[in-house]
Amino acid sequence: MQTKENDLVMIALFAALVAVLGLLPAIPMPWGIPVTAQSLGVMLAGAVLGAKRGGLSMLLFIGLVALGLPLLAGGRGGLGVFVSPTAGFVVGFPVAAFVTGLVMQSLRIDAMVSSGIASLIGGIVVLYAMGIGGFWMLTDKGLMASITIMATYIPGDLVKVVLTAIVIGALVKARPQSLLSRQ
Amino acid sequence: MLTLTSEIRTPLHDWRAGIKLGLLSIAIVTLFLLNSPILLSGAAGLTALLYFAFGTKFAAHGLRMLKPLRFFLGFILLWQIVLGDPVTGFAIVLRLATAVSLANLVTLSTRLDDLIDLVIWLASPARFVGLSPKPLALSIALVVRFVPVLLERANHMSDAFRARSTKRPTFYIILPLIISVLEDADHVALALRARGGLDGAFKP
Repeated sequence: MQTKENDLVMIALFAALVAVLGLLPAIPMPWGIPVTAQSLGVMLAGAVLGAKRGGLSMLLFIGLVALGLPLLAGGRGGLGVFVSPTAGFVVGFPVAAFVTGLVMQSLRIDAMVSSGIASLIGGIVVLYAMGIGGFWMLTDKGLMASITIMATYIPGDLVKVVLTAIVIGALVKARPQSLLSRQ
Repeated sequence: MLTLTSEIRTPLHDWRAGIKLGLLSIAIVTLFLLNSPILLSGAAGLTALLYFAFGTKFAAHGLRMLKPLRFFLGFILLWQIVLGDPVTGFAIVLRLATAVSLANLVTLSTRLDDLIDLVIWLASPARFVGLSPKPLALSIALVVRFVPVLLERANHMSDAFRARSTKRPTFYIILPLIISVLEDADHVALALRARGGLDGAFKP
């Protein structure tokens, strides 16, 4: 049975999971923000928890980043993150998780396939739209420049979409009761 | 401790978190209204002075926190120079670097529990529409506790993987990590309920 306490713990757990995935060994990039599994956590939060809980979970995560916990990839954190050029991505985490969850809930096909589609839309299309929008707002007209930098992260993110689908496919077999987006 | 609060004490540490955040918001809005590189250099200079006023070690710490930005800012500047508008480039770089430094200053000088108290206080008007700030406080505490637990679990799984394989444990450990922590989540939720749950009263 899904209780309020379960919901709260799951929301906190996925916020913590995103933080830990940001700390796993990463591929460093010359401009400072490494390729990490962090956005995998965002996709998973949406795909496992569903729209509302997934969004709340990522809201909690970026709230803690704002409070000064160094939870973002590369140990970044604090209020400075929200005025730096990549602020749009961080602010986009809850939106991305929400959309991923929404797509996951509305698709009534195989959980593994739907989580792949959901994380592609939420974790790549929505997240990049927010990230590029933020870059554009904070740097006036660096739009084209931002797209060229950010494109280098897309191959990694496509791998994460596949990983999300694999994890969800395994989860649906091992612990279907934990896949709250399909309850 | 898992926070960015600086060990180097500054007079700013004694200010109230709400006042610091309020001043920061005003400063950042002002920075985004300024367009002249001269005024923005003035603001950057003042910010640097503020850091140095708290000691060279503190200033060095502040500079280290700006490091992840250097390539992005360099790229923006270069881009604007290529576009033939270096003045705007300098303005953007100065504005962003100053805004991030000021925000970091609040982060460096404010303790986590003070900020959590402030968040709870800001959330307290929600009481009038029937929402309690208690779940918020509890979930913050849960994340702060979960992060080291998950990290330790991830390290254990990496070790177990390395003991059995010559490959590097990258994404192989993610699935077992998630399954194992989902079990933990059930136990934690049960323990919360056993202790009165979110409503603070026992429910069968």
